[in-house]
Amino acid sequence: MPSPTPTEAGPAGAATLGPVPQPAGTPGRDSGPHRVSGGLLEPGQLLAALPGALRKLDPRVMVRNPVMFVVEVGSVLTTGSAVADPSVFSWSIAAWLWLTVVFANLAEAVAEGRGKAQADTLRRTRTDTTARRLVDWAPGRTGAAEEEVSATALRLGDTVVVEAGQTIPGDGDVVEGVASVDESAITGESAPVIRESGGDRSAVTGGTKVLSDRIVVRITSEPGKTFIDRMIALVEGAARQKTPNEIALNILLASLTVVFLLAVVTLQPMAAYAGAPQTLVVLTALTVALIPTTIGALLSAIGIAGMDRLVQRNVLAMSGRAVEAAGDVNTLLLDKTGTITLGNRQAAEFLPAAGTATGELADAAQLSSLADETPEGRSVVVLAKEKYGLRARQQGELGHAVWVPFTAQTRMSGVDLDEDGTVRSVRKGAAGAVSAWVSDNGGTVGADVGELVERISASGGTPLVVASREGDAAPRVLGVIHLKDVVKHGIRERFEELRRMGIRTVMITGDNPLTARAIAEEAGVDDFLAEATPEDKMALIKQEQAGGKLVAMTGDGTNDAPALAQADVGVAMNTGTMAAKEAGNMVDLDSNPTKLIEIVEIGKQLLITRGALTTFSIANDVAKYFAIIPAMFAAVYPGLDRLNVMQLHSPQSAITSAIVFNALIIVVLIPLALRGVRYRPSSAASLLRRNLWVYGLGGLVLPFAGIKLIDLVVQFVPGLR
Amino acid sequence: MATPLPAALRTHLTALRMLLVMTVLLGLAYPLLLTGVGQAAFPRQANGSLVESHGKVVGSSLIGQGFDLPKKDPGDADEPARPDPRWFQPRPSAGGYDPTATGASNLGPNSEDLVRAVRERRAAVAAFDGVAPSQVPADAVTASGSGLDPHISPAYAREQVARVARVRGLDRAAVAALVERHVQGPVAGFLGQERVNVLELNRALDALR
Amino acid sequence: MSPTLAGWLQVSVLVGALAACYRPLGDWIAHLFTSPRHLRAERALYRLTGVDGDADQRWPVYLRSVLAFSAVSVVFLYVLQRVQNHLLLSLGFPAVKADMAFNTAVSFVTNTNWQSYSGESTMGHLVQMAGLAVQNFVSAAVGIAVVAALIRGFTRSRTDRVGNFWVDLTRVVLRLLLPLAVVLGLVLVAAGAVQNLHGLTDVHTLVGGSQSITGGPVASQEVIKELGTNGGGFYNANSAHPFENPNGFTNWLEVFLILLIPVALPRTFGRMVGDNRQGYAILSVMAVFWVASVALVTFFEAQHHGAAAQAAGAATEGKEQRFGIAASALFAASTTLTSTGAVNSFHDSYTPFGGGVTIFNMMLGEIAPGGVGSGLYGMLVLAVVAVFVAGLMVGRTPEYLGKKLGAREMKFASLYILTTPAVVLVGTGLAMALPGERADMLNSGPHGFSEVLYAFTSAANNNGSAFAGITVSTPWWNTALGLAMLVGRFLPMVFVLALAGSLARQQPVPATEGTLPTHKPLFVGLLTGVVLIVVGLTYFPALALGPIAEGL
Repeated sequence: MPSPTPTEAGPAGAATLGPVPQPAGTPGRDSGPHRVSGGLLEPGQLLAALPGALRKLDPRVMVRNPVMFVVEVGSVLTTGSAVADPSVFSWSIAAWLWLTVVFANLAEAVAEGRGKAQADTLRRTRTDTTARRLVDWAPGRTGAAEEEVSATALRLGDTVVVEAGQTIPGDGDVVEGVASVDESAITGESAPVIRESGGDRSAVTGGTKVLSDRIVVRITSEPGKTFIDRMIALVEGAARQKTPNEIALNILLASLTVVFLLAVVTLQPMAAYAGAPQTLVVLTALTVALIPTTIGALLSAIGIAGMDRLVQRNVLAMSGRAVEAAGDVNTLLLDKTGTITLGNRQAAEFLPAAGTATGELADAAQLSSLADETPEGRSVVVLAKEKYGLRARQQGELGHAVWVPFTAQTRMSGVDLDEDGTVRSVRKGAAGAVSAWVSDNGGTVGADVGELVERISASGGTPLVVASREGDAAPRVLGVIHLKDVVKHGIRERFEELRRMGIRTVMITGDNPLTARAIAEEAGVDDFLAEATPEDKMALIKQEQAGGKLVAMTGDGTNDAPALAQADVGVAMNTGTMAAKEAGNMVDLDSNPTKLIEIVEIGKQLLITRGALTTFSIANDVAKYFAIIPAMFAAVYPGLDRLNVMQLHSPQSAITSAIVFNALIIVVLIPLALRGVRYRPSSAASLLRRNLWVYGLGGLVLPFAGIKLIDLVVQFVPGLR
Repeated sequence: MATPLPAALRTHLTALRMLLVMTVLLGLAYPLLLTGVGQAAFPRQANGSLVESHGKVVGSSLIGQGFDLPKKDPGDADEPARPDPRWFQPRPSAGGYDPTATGASNLGPNSEDLVRAVRERRAAVAAFDGVAPSQVPADAVTASGSGLDPHISPAYAREQVARVARVRGLDRAAVAALVERHVQGPVAGFLGQERVNVLELNRALDALR
Repeated sequence: MSPTLAGWLQVSVLVGALAACYRPLGDWIAHLFTSPRHLRAERALYRLTGVDGDADQRWPVYLRSVLAFSAVSVVFLYVLQRVQNHLLLSLGFPAVKADMAFNTAVSFVTNTNWQSYSGESTMGHLVQMAGLAVQNFVSAAVGIAVVAALIRGFTRSRTDRVGNFWVDLTRVVLRLLLPLAVVLGLVLVAAGAVQNLHGLTDVHTLVGGSQSITGGPVASQEVIKELGTNGGGFYNANSAHPFENPNGFTNWLEVFLILLIPVALPRTFGRMVGDNRQGYAILSVMAVFWVASVALVTFFEAQHHGAAAQAAGAATEGKEQRFGIAASALFAASTTLTSTGAVNSFHDSYTPFGGGVTIFNMMLGEIAPGGVGSGLYGMLVLAVVAVFVAGLMVGRTPEYLGKKLGAREMKFASLYILTTPAVVLVGTGLAMALPGERADMLNSGPHGFSEVLYAFTSAANNNGSAFAGITVSTPWWNTALGLAMLVGRFLPMVFVLALAGSLARQQPVPATEGTLPTHKPLFVGLLTGVVLIVVGLTYFPALALGPIAEGL
């Protein structure tokens, strides 16, 4: 594909709904130079979009885009004069002007077409389901009467029952029961999720499928306004409104169009005075060449494609405004857990009690953790292996073992081993729980252990105490396991990148300030908010905004909702409550908080693409002047032929070449508009320098070559010589 | 209490009062102050740098004047002016050195009228001064902007020396020396360019006899 | 000293003098716009005029004050000319005819100072002093006041107030223009400019003819004509007239005066927005255009292309011997880049490209450095456009000095950049379409067209200079150019003040690494390019049929 700028391909086949979600535990991507990229444009898409593009020729639709509307009016005028006074020249200009309009519509249609593909996938899940509405349901009451109604008949506040294998008929909150739900229709993630009444896991989405158990759902949305309905509208662009920035750019483009229109209209009396009155065809051609058609044609496609790129990353923006705001964000509020640190704490160190060898402690810690399936427990096993070479033993290979699994009630795990009649019990768990077990069985916890526990707590870690008991002897405390937060690999580099982009990162955590500081320093965030309550979060957002900053955050809980609503960019996790999803202006279907950073980059890329193509479009005009003005006037003022620096063949071929270039450049740039220009996180100054060189200078120089090349071909067309 | 005036009208009244105060201050007090001080401190300049010859004011050293022979028919406005060979001649003037009709020819760089005028002047000056046409400097064949240019280039002054000396019967070297004495350099050596004030030169010439 | 060296030296000394004044004068003007204290004389003046000096105006009120003051001024000046035969010091001149009086009144109130009349044969001393010279002061002050309001838009936040027009006007006149005019006016008198109340003094010339030496309060008007970038000459010959501009020194001084305030205003801007580097960036863009323009005009005039100049051997037609090429070119470039319009040599007779540059200078929109006040606000509006496009390219909603450039801001900026070209092009197109008006051109061919193009460019951009060959004292030209001047002056002011109001309302966004820096060379280059491209693209066809066709 000939392209005026060094562009690059995005990952192939990204038009499907969602790449595989990143496994938790790695930051979104590696920390090296990277880019935000979109899908590839396939030739087939162009063809498929053609009918749509033609439908858009309706002047009532075109008038919304002033630049292209002028081109359409010009096309009609030139066609008229070609009919009245036929010549190869006037017909070719008329044809290429029509093509210019069609190409512009094609760009928009292609962009919309991609959205439509997404929407169709979603729509397939929204087959009309039958709902089992409960009459007079009340909490705790069983045996309420059931009636079968169509899902579309459901009203706000209705309660329905859904059992395994059935599709949830509408958005709502689980008010009774717990079930595993397949939400792949929305998220593309096949692993089922648990939905239960009460708490932050109560939201269910219409169109998703219950896999097991039975739940009662209270409907929270009107039919036709469900989450899926909104998603379909969004990706289809039906709900698309021009964003503030797009409106501002449109105003500038419209005023440039008016200026150039005036320049051409008033040129005619001047030309007549010079003795070279111009035909309507030539004047129209000049107008179209001058007005910023390139950006005018691609502007709405750029906006749609920006939303689309988010969709490809499984993020739904509720409005284009939110995407733009993402580019402007000054402050990112990032939850510590899951975003900055791995979701769970991990064992970092074994600290033996006085009189115990570290190896013994490690062995006991490993033994007692084999039955602990929590990530913390597994991390103890891993540490024992990595640091002390202890092979992870399988539960089955130890005979006569009674495993004590970790539960939230006991807060302990362990094993009772029958070693030749003597029962050896090993326990590991929260300091309080294990201490209680030790003293209940007649043992004591040494002061040194107490000190270790306190030290770890003070440093922000979590102490786990390990104790063992041989037979009936008093239990003995062997030592303490230090669990601590592990900062994600590469996250520090990401924050440095953000800093270069001028974005401040604030870590939000429920930890005490001491812990928070330690992690903040390790992760390299700019600031942190410790022991954060939802109110604190809200206050921080308001404080930042009072300083004129734009704030982005992620959240999932109902108590995050006010802050999500207050933030300029609020990304709700799809696993979160309906309240959170309603409050935010984006929903991340993968529920990956790290994605906030990508969202910011996509927002920036959207604006950069607009700016770059505007610059390119305007810079193009210089070459077009050098093609058209000598063609118009060299006959009466031969000196002006010196401006024909491209040595174009004849006046007709020069004007035709300029118009052909003008039309073709739109097609050439459609992939760039859809994909977005290359974006590397860096300072504003270096971004500007790069883009000015590429799109400013490129826009200045490229058309000289392009028009000349086209002229070399066009000059052989009879009638244009 | 009277009803308050509409805001727009009130603004216009304020504007009118402001304009009247400004007019008194800037339109009367200021120019009169400058006139007073100027007349007291720099009376010669403030009154137009007038110069006298034989006790009579003959013009302003800043305002060029014509040195033409008297018209044959003073009532004929269309009679072409004939330069008086006894005097150093100034540049052509679009307004005939009339201070009540200042200005330039405003002919464009490719104007045929101007090209013709330049050629005719060149020929006329060459014939008048008895030099080759190529020796006639540019300022001798082009009109000034003001139409009152009091100066000519030293080249044009030198070019006229022979003719003036011959007609007046003066020593050519003496006239040449007079010209050199009247060559003024640029102000401070770099502001403006070298020039000869025609009225001053002719006054001195008159005194030379 | 060679003429080339002298030419360089005069420019260098000029630049040095302007540089020396940049900080103190810019800071002083900033002080005028920010100080809460009134002088005793100002308080007295406020009492006399019924102004509340401590009131702060919303932008519509500020605008209403500007428009009211200007409307009253136009009416006053019109009436003054129409009744001048009944006034003192009329020198016996009759009342000015209606269309010319309208044109002149508009011309001086809009800071254009286009002259369809010939000063020495039309206007009595009282009209010159109490009518025209007063407007030289106050129309300049209006321009400076409006830019003050715009700067306040950038510096203030969450307010709908942009300052007090009456206070800005009064302070600019009393504390800036008047003191400078008094001192430098006397310098001009000392150097030879006349300052008296005489009528005609008849003298007998050496050859026995007679000559009427004109008198008048010339120096007092000359100094403010340059200082306020007005340009309306006491005499028809303007600054080519020896009584207005007697020698090389006064010529240099007048160029200095033309540039003094427009060049210092970026400092005022930088100072008020709290970042002097912003001022230097704006100044740099202005300087690029000024230096390039001076160099180009000087080069083209020295090359003396064109049939007439070739025939004469130098491009001396319309230039004074005491100034020469370098000093004339310097004046021409400076006067057309500043909306002054005073001339010390006649642009109509300049070489095709030399004259073409003067037209292009005006087409830039009088922004480099531009008229007093209007130059800076014009440049800032273009900076807004440049920042908008560049801001997009760095991936943020564009912001200038912490103020976001949204739809509302772009609406006003776009309308601003649309207005003047529209007036120029429509006016020129109209004139060329009317055979009767076309006949008023003195020259034929592309140069004749250039005269018409120059006239409308000059009027709409409020410059006031002319390719004077065209006969513009007809009712059609007086009316058409009068309207062009009115629209070209006040419509942009409406948009500037609206923009100021819109900016003032905003809470500033703090600057970060992600913010487009607007004080670096990169931005200077960008803004220069935007100005050049926007202007070049708008006017290229017209220029191609005028100076370019003539020169190639």
